[in-house]
Amino acid sequence: MTIANTLRAQPDARGHFGQFGGRYVAETLMPLILELEKEYRRAKADPAFEAELDWLMKHYVGRPSPLYYAERLTETIRQSAPAGHGAKIYLKRDELNHTGAHKINNCVGQILLAVRMGKTRIIAETGAGQHGVATATVAARFGLPCVVYMGARDVERQSPNVFRMKLLGAEVRAVESGSRTLKDAMNEALRDWVANVHDTFYIIGTAAGPHPYPELVRDFQSVIGHEAKAQIMEMEGRLPDLLVAAIGGGSNAIGLFHPFLDDPDVAMLGIEAAGHGLDTGAHAASLTGGEPGVLHGNRTFLLQDEDGQITEGHSISAGLDYPGIGPEHSWLHDIGRVTYESVTDREALDAFQLLCRTEGIIPALEPSHALSAVARKAREMKADQIIIANLCGRGDKDIFTVASALGVAI
Amino acid sequence: MSRLADTFAACAKEGRAALVTFVTGGDPSPAATPAILDALVAGGADVIELGMPFTDPMADGPAIQQADIRSLQAGTTTRHLLDIAKGFRARHPTVPLVLMGYANPMVRRGAQWFAETCAEVGVDGVICVDIPPEEDDMLGAALRAAKVDLVRLATPTTDAARLPAVLDGCSGFLYYVSVAGITGMQQAAQTSIEQAVAKLKAGTDLPVAVGFGVRTPDQAAAIARVADGVVVGSAIVEAIAEAHEAGQDPAVAVRSIVSGLSAAVQTARTREQAA
Repeated sequence: MTIANTLRAQPDARGHFGQFGGRYVAETLMPLILELEKEYRRAKADPAFEAELDWLMKHYVGRPSPLYYAERLTETIRQSAPAGHGAKIYLKRDELNHTGAHKINNCVGQILLAVRMGKTRIIAETGAGQHGVATATVAARFGLPCVVYMGARDVERQSPNVFRMKLLGAEVRAVESGSRTLKDAMNEALRDWVANVHDTFYIIGTAAGPHPYPELVRDFQSVIGHEAKAQIMEMEGRLPDLLVAAIGGGSNAIGLFHPFLDDPDVAMLGIEAAGHGLDTGAHAASLTGGEPGVLHGNRTFLLQDEDGQITEGHSISAGLDYPGIGPEHSWLHDIGRVTYESVTDREALDAFQLLCRTEGIIPALEPSHALSAVARKAREMKADQIIIANLCGRGDKDIFTVASALGVAI
Repeated sequence: MSRLADTFAACAKEGRAALVTFVTGGDPSPAATPAILDALVAGGADVIELGMPFTDPMADGPAIQQADIRSLQAGTTTRHLLDIAKGFRARHPTVPLVLMGYANPMVRRGAQWFAETCAEVGVDGVICVDIPPEEDDMLGAALRAAKVDLVRLATPTTDAARLPAVLDGCSGFLYYVSVAGITGMQQAAQTSIEQAVAKLKAGTDLPVAVGFGVRTPDQAAAIARVADGVVVGSAIVEAIAEAHEAGQDPAVAVRSIVSGLSAAVQTARTREQAA
């Protein structure tokens, strides 16, 4: 395959994925992100960096994560599918990682970059708290002070993760501005960064933000897709027919999808959060319900009004509750390589319970969105077809939200 | 020449720095802004920066964040801001007016639409916080085609290697952000400002205005001795907020604070000579 024919060579030298991506930041930050890009290129070419990353991924994170054939889930769906239908469902078990989600893959990579650059202080934003916990974890492991910005509303919704971060030695700063959720936490982290560029490394949690973040987060998360590809070849002797992943900013999805982009027979489906429903306005589906714009350093699809003011996303899952999406997804949507659909709070809750009961796995609410779409698609697909879904996080953090949604007092 | 160039040239001829003042458009309400802009001029401001409110003002400190929220909660739209600009131009034919804000509200209806509308309503220049020179094609070309000045920001992290890129395509004036940080917080040390301005002026003939953290007449005077312009924003925005909360006329408070700043800037260099 020639370079011109690959979908895996994005972004361009300026950090653009087609018309998306880029570096829309204040001048103060520009020299720093240019330096980060240079350092990332040097690290990628350095065998010692790769060796240390691999060692940590294996011994600290617990990789490779299993690719698991969800036989009871598959059989359950086949019972309600037309004869000969009901695809085989495999789950990429990234919920078994240290800290319980895919977020740690990226944090390990970024903190190694921070150390290489001589930075002595770590900051991060977090929504549900999974990225905050993963960042606090690697900061503790490398002995660096860590400040995590979290919307005040999310601090209330995700108190167990706030306590986890504190146990890990991080300072959690509740952000009271704006809508008091993830986007405001990101604004506040950017404000901190611009005032502390000399010593601070910002570990961005999703495949978004100014170039080179979307690229490097994708690269660190691509371990998911690379492993899945090798594992399915070993187990089935062929590539899957469909990949499915949930999308907030989209880091777990791009991590699964990217290694398969040049395999034309592998279809891909990204699932955004439809919240109460796309027609209600209370959703977080940037691609299906938004338009291109500029926020947090990149041009991408955003939930916004006619004046370009950013509107609030809604999802039962705090991890999907972001009004934007990583720029590579916007590009993949634009060129039609990946299909993007959405799943409501209610549908995600149903899928959450389905996986609990059929497989004995409590998924996070984020991948529960993907699982709902998996159930829908599997019924339409032939029984000899294969789906891989990214089980990107475990649901321990969500049991209070789920109990409340189901009307159960615990 | 543009109104910005004319104004800086006229101030230089008078042997003084220009006073550049910032308020958020639509704060506390779209209806209140015209009188506030008039008060800036009456108080002695030479250049007016009209902030375009944004839901996510990442480069701003608490004062301007809250001003943006007040403005948006009062229902301010892009149309309101352009109407405010048009009214200002009719009342003040020679005072330069610059729109300052973030990329998304500016390019929402297309860069060409924005640039042409700015020219049409009499806006002289645009400062966009989150479009660095690397992304100039998003807005810069459209502004130049419409003959609207694009004012760029230089910062303490803008080194000699980067400065030419910042200056390329910049017109009207160069805005030196004196601290690596957000608006309205601490002020940089005077010596570092002096050194930075000297370096910038060695690289360009454009006027250099210095802002971020300038709050008091004394601070403004110190900068006015070394720079072509002094930018004050958060201190004025705070005065608007205080007057509004106290049920007083924000325009009166604005005129009072700007008069003090203006007097300090006007006499800064002569006082220095006397001393």
